[in-house]
Amino acid sequence: MDFTLPPLPIAAIPMSAYLILSAILFGLGICGFLFRRNLITVFMSIELMLNAVNLSFVAFSHQMKQADGQIYSFFVMVVAAAEAAVGLAIILTVFKNRETLEVDEVDNLKL
Amino acid sequence: MAESQQLWLIPALPLLGFLINSTVGRKMSKQFVSFIAIASVVASFLWVAKTLNALGALEQPHVEHYFTWIASGTFSVGFDFSIDRLTSIMLLVVTGIGSLIHIYATGYMAHEGGYYRFFAYLNLFMFFMLILVLAANFLLLFVGWEGVGLCSYLLIGFYFLEKFAGDAGKKAFIVNRVGDFGFSLAMFLVFINFGSLDFGTVFGKAATLQPEHSAGMITAICLLLLVGAAGKSAQIPLYVWLPDAMAGPTPVSALIHAATMVTAGVYMVCRSSSLFNNAPIAMETVAIVGTATAFFAATMGLAQNDIKKVFAYSTVSQLGYMFLGAGVGAYSAGIFHVVTHAFFKALLFLGAGSVIMACHHEQDMRWYGGLRKKIPVTFGTLCCAWVAIAGIPPFSGYHSKDAILLAAYEHARPLFWIGALTAAMTAFYVSRAMFLTFFGEYRGPNPHADHGHGGHDDHAHGDDHAAHGHADHAHKDHGHGHGHQEIKESPAVMTIPLVILALLSLGGGFFNIPDWLEPVLGSSHAEHDPTAVAVLYATFILGIGLAYVMYVLSPGLPDKLASTFKGLHTLIYNKYFVDEVYDVTIIHPITEGSRYFLWKGVDAGLIDGAVNGAGSVSRWIGGGLRQLQGGNIRSYATWVVAGAVFVVVAMSVWGGVR
Amino acid sequence: MMGVILFAIFATAAVACGINLVLQRHPVTSALSLIGVMGSLAVLYLLLGAEFIAAVQLIVYAGAIMVLFLFVIMLLNAGEERKIPGKSLVSKLIGLPVFVLFLGLVAYLIQTQYTHAGSPVEFDAFTGGGPREVGKALFTTYLLPFEVTSVLILIAILGAIVLARKEID
Repeated sequence: MDFTLPPLPIAAIPMSAYLILSAILFGLGICGFLFRRNLITVFMSIELMLNAVNLSFVAFSHQMKQADGQIYSFFVMVVAAAEAAVGLAIILTVFKNRETLEVDEVDNLKL
Repeated sequence: MAESQQLWLIPALPLLGFLINSTVGRKMSKQFVSFIAIASVVASFLWVAKTLNALGALEQPHVEHYFTWIASGTFSVGFDFSIDRLTSIMLLVVTGIGSLIHIYATGYMAHEGGYYRFFAYLNLFMFFMLILVLAANFLLLFVGWEGVGLCSYLLIGFYFLEKFAGDAGKKAFIVNRVGDFGFSLAMFLVFINFGSLDFGTVFGKAATLQPEHSAGMITAICLLLLVGAAGKSAQIPLYVWLPDAMAGPTPVSALIHAATMVTAGVYMVCRSSSLFNNAPIAMETVAIVGTATAFFAATMGLAQNDIKKVFAYSTVSQLGYMFLGAGVGAYSAGIFHVVTHAFFKALLFLGAGSVIMACHHEQDMRWYGGLRKKIPVTFGTLCCAWVAIAGIPPFSGYHSKDAILLAAYEHARPLFWIGALTAAMTAFYVSRAMFLTFFGEYRGPNPHADHGHGGHDDHAHGDDHAAHGHADHAHKDHGHGHGHQEIKESPAVMTIPLVILALLSLGGGFFNIPDWLEPVLGSSHAEHDPTAVAVLYATFILGIGLAYVMYVLSPGLPDKLASTFKGLHTLIYNKYFVDEVYDVTIIHPITEGSRYFLWKGVDAGLIDGAVNGAGSVSRWIGGGLRQLQGGNIRSYATWVVAGAVFVVVAMSVWGGVR
Repeated sequence: MMGVILFAIFATAAVACGINLVLQRHPVTSALSLIGVMGSLAVLYLLLGAEFIAAVQLIVYAGAIMVLFLFVIMLLNAGEERKIPGKSLVSKLIGLPVFVLFLGLVAYLIQTQYTHAGSPVEFDAFTGGGPREVGKALFTTYLLPFEVTSVLILIAILGAIVLARKEID
């Protein structure tokens, strides 16, 4: 059966679509950071923001026809991995000491 | 210039003594401290003698430049010493009398606390006094001037546990500040007018000055110098500190407040004689101030009962004579009187110290009497001082005082008459002191009775609190302990200096100091007018005779006179209420003004208000900003995001992405 | 053609998962949503010719890191958030307007000022993102940063151990 898709309104995705997607994800990350009260969720919002930035890097890499942008995003991932390890360790310690994961309750440097 | 005489050694030796005594003296024995103190001053004296011997006639001043102390633009002050004939006299007096008093003090202070401290201060005083005398410019002189003031303060307040001693020290210091203010202004004016502070330069220019040029300026300089001299040499109106200064130990009174430091003002006026010669108005002022001081101080001395107070007012009075001499142009006579006065007044004080020690720190003459057999050496030596200060020829006081008064007779007849009257009063009050102390019956406490002095002390010393009778020793020795001890002569270490000073007092008049000083200060040779000489002979006969009548022949007479002339007696006895007047007119407004305006108003209101206001404003702002730092992570994040948005906005408005 | 459809699907998926991440109260749901976002992004990376990064994204990010997150969530037995009134007023008041403002501004900037905003992203237009090319760049041009990251990771491991170990008295 010869089935052809109807022609799409646009032939190709423009660059700006990727960038705006990146911005939306970044903004969602900000919202998560601001509105979520669980420490782990807040931390995941940060990861979301990092991912959003990575998308921009890769998009620019495609635009520039160079691999450098991807290298940057690779480094971002490495840093994110390290950050996740240390950050989760900190969250563990915080929980051990304060018995809470509420951001609003962790507002004293010293117990 | 002649070869270097190492003049710096003269002050350096006492400085060395001061350094040794002040650093290790506390741990050393009294013998060691005494040795260091005496040796340093005697060595200094010997060095002075050697230097003067080597310099000979001193036709020209001998100047030694060590280093440039201050150099700023055209202003340059060297650390220079100079010796001329005037300096030589002062050096001999300062180191000579200083040595004798140091020796005496080892006996006098033998049982006092703070022995090393006393001698350290005394040596420091010698150092500064020698700087003052040797200085070859105004600023270095000022260094010595301030230094002796410091030592005077330290030594007046030597018994610092006693409030009156500390108060007296502060009074001396503060009153001297008034004088120093004048002196500083005078120095500024000197520098502005002559471009230098060096004595040679300034006086060289002053000597060639035409009187009509800048006469006003020279007069201003001289009047300001007079203010400085009046502070240091206890002239009206700044004399009030000297009687109180008797709170210090007696050797200090003798050395600093009679023989040397207080004559610094006279020395400075004479040193600046080429300036004063160009300022007749200032000269007249000096003479009038001197005469007035001599007269009023003598009247105050008439009614004092404290033996040291009598001599203190006598010192003020004699300093007045010296100013009178300088004021009438007889500078060398003034310096002559400085020298003879140093002899007999040091002797009077040291003798008084000996009497005070013999009487167990009783200073009120009404509790003396008949002491001449008990302390014969002291009596004998004090007699020498007596005849010297009373002006009996041919002893020293006669020569110098008469030189001054004869010069006054030629230049200013009214001042002569006042001076002569003062001379009679001088003879009277010294004789009174002598008669009360050494003649008649012993009026002190019965040696065998066990009552203390307490009962009559209140009566005796009720009037003056500041430098009150017990200056020389703590109160606690009164009323017990000493009451039953015998009155005995002082040790040889004290009497030998007394004897030497006695010989000097008797024969000091034959040093022909005016002639020696003539190249420096000009002639002060006055005609021996027969009338004047007769008047002067009359003065001491009158003074001594009157005292003899009142205190030996009919001892009840003084009280009768006192009650007859009650108002006058009260006035004199209370020293014309000058202290009280100063208190009301100057001190009270200052303290009240300080308390209510400066303290409560300016300090507490304005300054503290500003400081506290700054503090509370910061607190308020900080309290606001603290909300940003609440420890809440999400609000931190919000601010970060807001900042990021602001940057984006800024980029879109001003920059934009490429 | 393919690119447009795939982008539409996975971009929508990414945004939906992102919104879910923010809206869900339970951290496990949020974590799973984040994995969704990452997977969608991996497909988008492939569309952009970044094969190596897409693989790393799946293996390291969606795999290792997210497992770590889930592990901690389980370990701490983190439940739903509780509502604590009165705290973080600032974020509540400013947060949403700031978010909207940010998005609008960025979109505006991209559309008006970015010169390549309209240039089409063709699938296969860039093939320099394979492991060979990326590896070559990493071990030549970016050798020093690459080695430094290894030190960074080492330190992070040490830090995590120090922070999370039991106190030995």
